[in-house]
Amino acid sequence: MARRGSTIKNMDFVVVIIYVVLVAFGLFNIFSTTSEPFIKNIDFSFATNYGRQAIFIGVSFVVAAIILIMDAEFFSRLSYIIYALIILLLILVLIIGSEISGAKAWIQIGSFSLQPAEFAKFATALALSKYLSANPFPKMNYKNRIITLAIIFLPVALIMLQPDAGSALVFLSFFIALFREGLSIKFVLFVFYLIAITILSLLIDKFILIGVIVGAIVLLYFFLRKQRNIIAYLSMVLVVSAICIFSVDFVYDRLLQSHQKDRIEVLLGKKTDIQGIGYNVHQSKIAIGSGGFSGKGYLNGTQTKFNFVPEQQTDFIFCTVGEEFGFIGSLFVLGLFLTLIIRIIILAERQRTAFSRIYGYCVAGILFLHVTINISMTIGLLPVIGIPLPFFSYGGSSLIAFTILLFIFVKLDTYRFDLLNNG
Amino acid sequence: MRADLFEKRKYLIIGFISIIFLIMLVKLFFIQIVNKSYKVYADNNSIKEKIIYPGRGLIYDRNGNLIVCNEAVYDLLITPNLVKKNFDTTTFCKLVNIDLSTFEELLSKSKKYSRYKPSVFISQIPKEEIASIEESLYMFDGIEIQARTVRKYPFPVGAHVFGDVGEVSESFLKNNPEYRLGDYTGLNGLEKKYENELKGVKGVKQILVNVHNVEMGSYNNGENDISALQGNNLILELDIELQAYAEKLMKHKKGSIVVIDPKTGGILTLVSAPTYNPNLLVGRERSKNYSMLVNDTVYTPLLNRALLGEYPPGSTFKMFNGLIALQNGTISQNTKFSCAGPNATPIKCTHNHESPLSIVAALRESCNPYFRLAFENYINSFASPADGLNSWAKTAHSFGLGEIYNTDLAFSRKGNIPDANFYNRIYPNQKWKSSTIRSLSIGQGEILVTPIQLANYVTVIANNGQYTDPHFVRAIISPEDTIHPFEKNVHKALVDEKHFKVIKDGMHEVVKSGTARWYGQVEGIDICGKTGTVQNAGENHALFVGFAPKDNPQIAIAVVVENSGYGSTFAVPIASLLIEYYLNREIKRHHIEEHVLNTKLIEY
Repeated sequence: MARRGSTIKNMDFVVVIIYVVLVAFGLFNIFSTTSEPFIKNIDFSFATNYGRQAIFIGVSFVVAAIILIMDAEFFSRLSYIIYALIILLLILVLIIGSEISGAKAWIQIGSFSLQPAEFAKFATALALSKYLSANPFPKMNYKNRIITLAIIFLPVALIMLQPDAGSALVFLSFFIALFREGLSIKFVLFVFYLIAITILSLLIDKFILIGVIVGAIVLLYFFLRKQRNIIAYLSMVLVVSAICIFSVDFVYDRLLQSHQKDRIEVLLGKKTDIQGIGYNVHQSKIAIGSGGFSGKGYLNGTQTKFNFVPEQQTDFIFCTVGEEFGFIGSLFVLGLFLTLIIRIIILAERQRTAFSRIYGYCVAGILFLHVTINISMTIGLLPVIGIPLPFFSYGGSSLIAFTILLFIFVKLDTYRFDLLNNG
Repeated sequence: MRADLFEKRKYLIIGFISIIFLIMLVKLFFIQIVNKSYKVYADNNSIKEKIIYPGRGLIYDRNGNLIVCNEAVYDLLITPNLVKKNFDTTTFCKLVNIDLSTFEELLSKSKKYSRYKPSVFISQIPKEEIASIEESLYMFDGIEIQARTVRKYPFPVGAHVFGDVGEVSESFLKNNPEYRLGDYTGLNGLEKKYENELKGVKGVKQILVNVHNVEMGSYNNGENDISALQGNNLILELDIELQAYAEKLMKHKKGSIVVIDPKTGGILTLVSAPTYNPNLLVGRERSKNYSMLVNDTVYTPLLNRALLGEYPPGSTFKMFNGLIALQNGTISQNTKFSCAGPNATPIKCTHNHESPLSIVAALRESCNPYFRLAFENYINSFASPADGLNSWAKTAHSFGLGEIYNTDLAFSRKGNIPDANFYNRIYPNQKWKSSTIRSLSIGQGEILVTPIQLANYVTVIANNGQYTDPHFVRAIISPEDTIHPFEKNVHKALVDEKHFKVIKDGMHEVVKSGTARWYGQVEGIDICGKTGTVQNAGENHALFVGFAPKDNPQIAIAVVVENSGYGSTFAVPIASLLIEYYLNREIKRHHIEEHVLNTKLIEY
């Protein structure tokens, strides 16, 4: 395969620069959360979180460089093998994993712990891209559809067993890629409808809700009775709605742990105990809210520095941004992420292979869902779901996995002209 | 490449993502810019205000003795939410010497106040005990020490003068929002009157704390801190040694003594007996001791008889009736009335003496008929008894009788100086005349005075018709200034100066050769005085008012000893001993002192 131009020349610098800025800004913020109010000397060693994060960043850069010098074909060829290895790791972690705060999510290797779920995202993205590019939507039969769903939901199921609901939730982002590739709009609307009745069923009595749905369907029937197969469609909607409502009820009452239920109830406004369950979110909102327009200044955040915000270096790292850099800082970070995601979508669209395009959408979707869930949780728009802010939060597995995810796409993007020539 | 059917969907996707980001941005805009309450929450979280309690102002007596000072004690504060499961309750209880049920009780009380703010858990631990507690405090998260000061009285006397200091009540907090729960305030006496001078300024230190309430340094380099300022000092007119001696003499007796410096109106001594040691109402035993005192309904040691006890003045009032008749011209110093002694009607005389007699002799012999006649003549010299009595009452008020002195005295009673309206209520249609109210001529009947009024009354006589409102404080010393609050309150009595000389002569005779001659005389001091024996449901009350020296009065005194018989028996010796002590600083008449000290009228 002939190549036009070098990797460096074809590399998209917008993506790479945003990546570097996010990673560096993340490190600054992790440094700021150090509890010492008067830092005398900076210690970039394993002894401090920021020291470890700096090392993780170094490793990530090396990993990115390795990806960039590898052959892009490697990823499309080895997609299934990488996916299979990660699935094995996800099984392995359930057996030999060490349990930290109730979840068997880490494999201990020496002094480091590896979180396979983080790596499962790019592996699933690769496998999905490979499968969908070989079996595009218009030609799909039922078997293809089931395999597509299986590729997504096999890691989800394994991750749920840890259990790590937050990481599992992120896999729903693949539906953005599926939608781009031709997933039916009706199906997407139906998913939104199910999400809506799931939330409603938590808020109001399930029998009232079903009554309202039955009423609405009867009304719809009178308006649409001339359409073909309308009875079959509407009956299906009714049956699925009922199943959804009762399974929400079942999952909520039987499967969810009490702290998860509490988080949901606080978000829905059913509970207001700001010192109990809502404590984390309340403290997080205080930290961000107290930043005001321009923030308290770097290293001057009292809320994050003095541990009022829980998990402030990992899941709640955005609090430091909000407190020390204010609304300007929030705008900056959100702007960077939005630019990055849109840039990736634009790049994906210029790809000439379905594999690269689908993979691009997978990357954009994962980043989008991560950023949305993480920031929404810190500002009280979503319940507390423990997932990191990409490139920003403290943590080696997460940072390295996101770097791999992103740089595989950067690498694929450098080949866009070659495949055009061959096409 | 085949045409892509779904390429347009990228716009939907980008639009959807952008909308979600916009929603987050709007929410951020609201919590970071629109809603200001998060800043307040943040400060509440991380800035701990540490209160530095100032010492209350010190109090000195007229001779520079330090009579009310401060002593350091320590409170243990608890922040309930910081008390973790590993808190070793048993060890802690042993350390601070409380039992487990008390601990639980106190903890739930603190939780009720606030789980997140420190509140006083155990108060007023003395210096000697705090050291060992401090050493082991690191084991008990959520407990901290706070230094406070409490009052200390080097002379264990003067409880009714100083009053006491205690924690603010909830109703007090409602009216005085600048105080906080657990603050101290003066509850009585001078401590209450001068609360604003004495309390000082609380200091506030803003300290950054982390989530475990561990101090991380000062906030804003201490620029918002307020340093504590000790309260202003007071210098009293009180003579603490005289006060102590007076309390000693009043031991085992019920009654009151008020001693005034006639030149200034300053109160040298104020005793209400029975009294109590002011140190009882300080420290951890305070509430126990307080309930003991307040529940004593037999001896009522908390009652300030000097300001609240209302007694008929009896014969001590004869000087006034003499003065008013002299002023009015009803009598002159030579006017004589005859007296039939014990056979006199309608008021008999208690003594046999010369007759007829003039005012000086009448005072010496405490002749009842003389003053009855003088009084009735006085009243009858007016157009109506009502006019006469109103003029009499107006003059009595000009002597400070029936008045409340608007100085620094605690809550006082007015007594009763009856006027025409008063009798019109008792005798409708104004069916009363001078003879109806003649008991007033000998200080009996409806007239009532308090010991402080009595002392002020004799001060007016000593000063030939003028007085300064009785008060305790000579000066308030602040870092910037010294204020003398009561120097200028001079009142003039409605009796001319020239009439006082003959009255003083009479009072001098009382001590030299009259009713006070046995216990009243002190070698080298010309004492003027007058006894009174007030009829009462039980045993008579003994009264004495006097001043000395006659020509240059330096001390004016009123003594009331309840249920002790004749005025001369106890009131006179107590007064003369105090005059002797004040002017000579030593007691030579030991037999009289022993007579007083060895008499036990009550078991207290």
